[in-house]
Amino acid sequence: MAHSAHAEEAHHEDHPTFVRRWLFSTNHKDIGTLYLVLAMVGGIVGGLLSMGMRMELMEPGMQIFGNPEMFNVFVTAHGLIMVFFMVMPATMGGFGNWMVPLMIGAPDMAFPRLNNISFWLVAAAFTLLVTSLFMPGPPGTNGVAGGWTMYAPLSTKGTPGPAVDFAILALHLAGASSILGAINFITTIFNMRAPGMTLHKMPLFVWSVLVTAFLLLLSLPVLAGAITMLLTDRNFGTAFFDSAHGGDPLLWQHLFWFFGHPEVYILIIPGFGMVSQIVSTFSRKPVFGYLGMAYAMVAIGVIGFVVWAHHMYAAGINVNTQAYFVFATMVIAVPTGVKIFSWIATMWGGSISFRTPMLWALGFIFLFTIGGVTGVVLANAGVDRSMHDTYYVVAHFHYVLSLGAVFSIFGAWYYWSPKMTGYMYSETVGKLHFWLMFIGANLAFFPQHFLGLAGMPRRYADYPDAFAGWNFVSSIGSYVAFAGFLVFLYGIVAQFARKVPAGANPWGAGATTLEWTVSSPPPFHSYETLPRIK
Amino acid sequence: MAIFGRFRTVFGAAGLVALCGAAYAKEGQPAPWQLGFQPAASPIMEQIHAFHTYVTIIITVIALFVLGLLVYVMARFNEKRHPEPTRTTHNTPLEIAWTVVPVLILVAIAIPSFRLLFAQYDFPKPDLTITATGNQWYWTYEYPDQGITFDSIMVPEADLKEGQPRLLTVDREVVVPVNKNVIVGLKSNDVIHDWALPAFGVKLDAVPGRLQTTWFRAEREGVFYGQCSELCGRNHAFMPIAVRVVSEAEFADWLAKTKASASRNDGSKLAAAHE
Repeated sequence: MAHSAHAEEAHHEDHPTFVRRWLFSTNHKDIGTLYLVLAMVGGIVGGLLSMGMRMELMEPGMQIFGNPEMFNVFVTAHGLIMVFFMVMPATMGGFGNWMVPLMIGAPDMAFPRLNNISFWLVAAAFTLLVTSLFMPGPPGTNGVAGGWTMYAPLSTKGTPGPAVDFAILALHLAGASSILGAINFITTIFNMRAPGMTLHKMPLFVWSVLVTAFLLLLSLPVLAGAITMLLTDRNFGTAFFDSAHGGDPLLWQHLFWFFGHPEVYILIIPGFGMVSQIVSTFSRKPVFGYLGMAYAMVAIGVIGFVVWAHHMYAAGINVNTQAYFVFATMVIAVPTGVKIFSWIATMWGGSISFRTPMLWALGFIFLFTIGGVTGVVLANAGVDRSMHDTYYVVAHFHYVLSLGAVFSIFGAWYYWSPKMTGYMYSETVGKLHFWLMFIGANLAFFPQHFLGLAGMPRRYADYPDAFAGWNFVSSIGSYVAFAGFLVFLYGIVAQFARKVPAGANPWGAGATTLEWTVSSPPPFHSYETLPRIK
Repeated sequence: MAIFGRFRTVFGAAGLVALCGAAYAKEGQPAPWQLGFQPAASPIMEQIHAFHTYVTIIITVIALFVLGLLVYVMARFNEKRHPEPTRTTHNTPLEIAWTVVPVLILVAIAIPSFRLLFAQYDFPKPDLTITATGNQWYWTYEYPDQGITFDSIMVPEADLKEGQPRLLTVDREVVVPVNKNVIVGLKSNDVIHDWALPAFGVKLDAVPGRLQTTWFRAEREGVFYGQCSELCGRNHAFMPIAVRVVSEAEFADWLAKTKASASRNDGSKLAAAHE
């Protein structure tokens, strides 16, 4: 009697009802799926915002936005959404949650219920942010229009309406979500690896999530403090950033960028991990220089905390301070270069197959290098004097993000979606998506280097007529990339419609990590018996 | 430094030609399809040009090197041509090389970089001091030693005359004498703005509650334009900067004329601008 009751309970756990499964989940795979769906929605909204901006910028003059402030709202929303509601949910919430426990042989995360609250906090945060778009912000306009960087006093006195307060609360929730998620990942990775899997035997993607988790844990509290100070300056009479009453606008910049710089490494380091997995699998070779790769990520993460003021070279900081930050920022190029060369060395002597995930990884390696080297240029305060707040900066970060992080996310999607869904994607559709995105994004962002050098400032709704040529090319490129995104969405629908079974391991001998030893999709509790690593 | 000077000559010429792209319509403003910086009109900007050419050549070589390696690897080690993968995961001399060589490249970049940075902050003895105060959404200029103050407001498209660039033309330009050291003090009355002049290599935030200083020496006469470079609200794109560089004699003339008209009430123009 006791035995059958127990068995029945276990049966219910394996097949939770819809509400139990999707609203009150304690399953890392389902929560990962929720995050990926949210990231897709974020990508659609963020992408539509960028389409609006590129349509306006296609020609000189104001054709689409009656109010230039609305353009600034689009700029702000695009940045906040792509960072907090697309890249982060996709890499950490989505692939992190899905694959880390599987890769270390754990049945779930250390704190499954905390995992769920992390997701729903992001969902709530996204709702609050979208709501802010419809709240009064600057005089005469709805929404936050201060850029994702929200510099004071534009974000305090300059935006009297409650839109900024909604955005601040949205960031509080998203930040809390990521801090709790970081705690979950760190605890899981340190404590729940299967016997025999030492830290130096973990897959590099798990290393990347571990490093990113520490960056989140240490940088987000500073953002939380800064935006709370912004909230109290706006609503409770404090003057942290108000020079007329003893404060300093530059304090906001230091606090924001102390978070903001590690944030950009948070955006890319999981991508490094995903690229390592893909390159190794499709070269049928272990990653070259494993320890160098792992500790390069640690080095990038650590040094990433002491370079923040390279975003402030034109703000009015002392020349000796600038000189220090030039030096520290250039140092990061060394571990990053180690990674690029190690990926190439992984492929060297390998047996490379050019399936869709590998195309994305190859694209990443080259295009992230381009973005990285323009970062080295910008690191030099003397020349940044001319490039600060121009489209050269926009080109740089879109190369490392849209052509870096986003490429790694799409690569990881094609690599892992057969495992997650059980269905194989269409190579033809995947490759079409890749080529449209490759051509489109390069066409969109490469000319922006020229615009920046020629002097076009960023966050401009309209520009002097001389900038028209490259802006037109850039806009066309963005439409091609967007077409690629539509192909991606179609491909997902087709994947679920065709129902071609993927099998446990569609990638063959090159796929050596533990997730390929379970079925596709994996059993509800992943591992019924503890795997042991030799 | 001699080595740098030699680089500058050899690569500067080739690089500037390669990178500065299409024909210039007019100096002091961007040209259609431009690839590189606007022509330098100050010694600092010339130094920025040279450093940028130098660094861009280095990064282009690096990017092409990585591309070359990738293309080679894809051609030589694809599964058709190389069906059996090796198990090589280490090569210590290689790992040392690809750590040390980038460090050397960075040092080679850092040396001229610091020279440029410290040159920018090596304030010369001022010949003229002006201040630029950012407002939403126009600049106010003062010549404190000469007792001149005026606002500089973008001319709307409908009021442009023939040849005046859209979004860059202002009703009253900053006027400075050629080949003189001009100190520019930056202030703001409301939010953070940024005073930038690409041809002079000048860019500095105007922060409320602070007086920050930069400087330039214009080497050629002409009109030079810049645009506000810190997001400051609705008309951030519509508060340009224009500096007219004139001979000493013309500057003396302008000073005299402006001081005379400053005694009259110029409030009407401000009122019109705020509509």
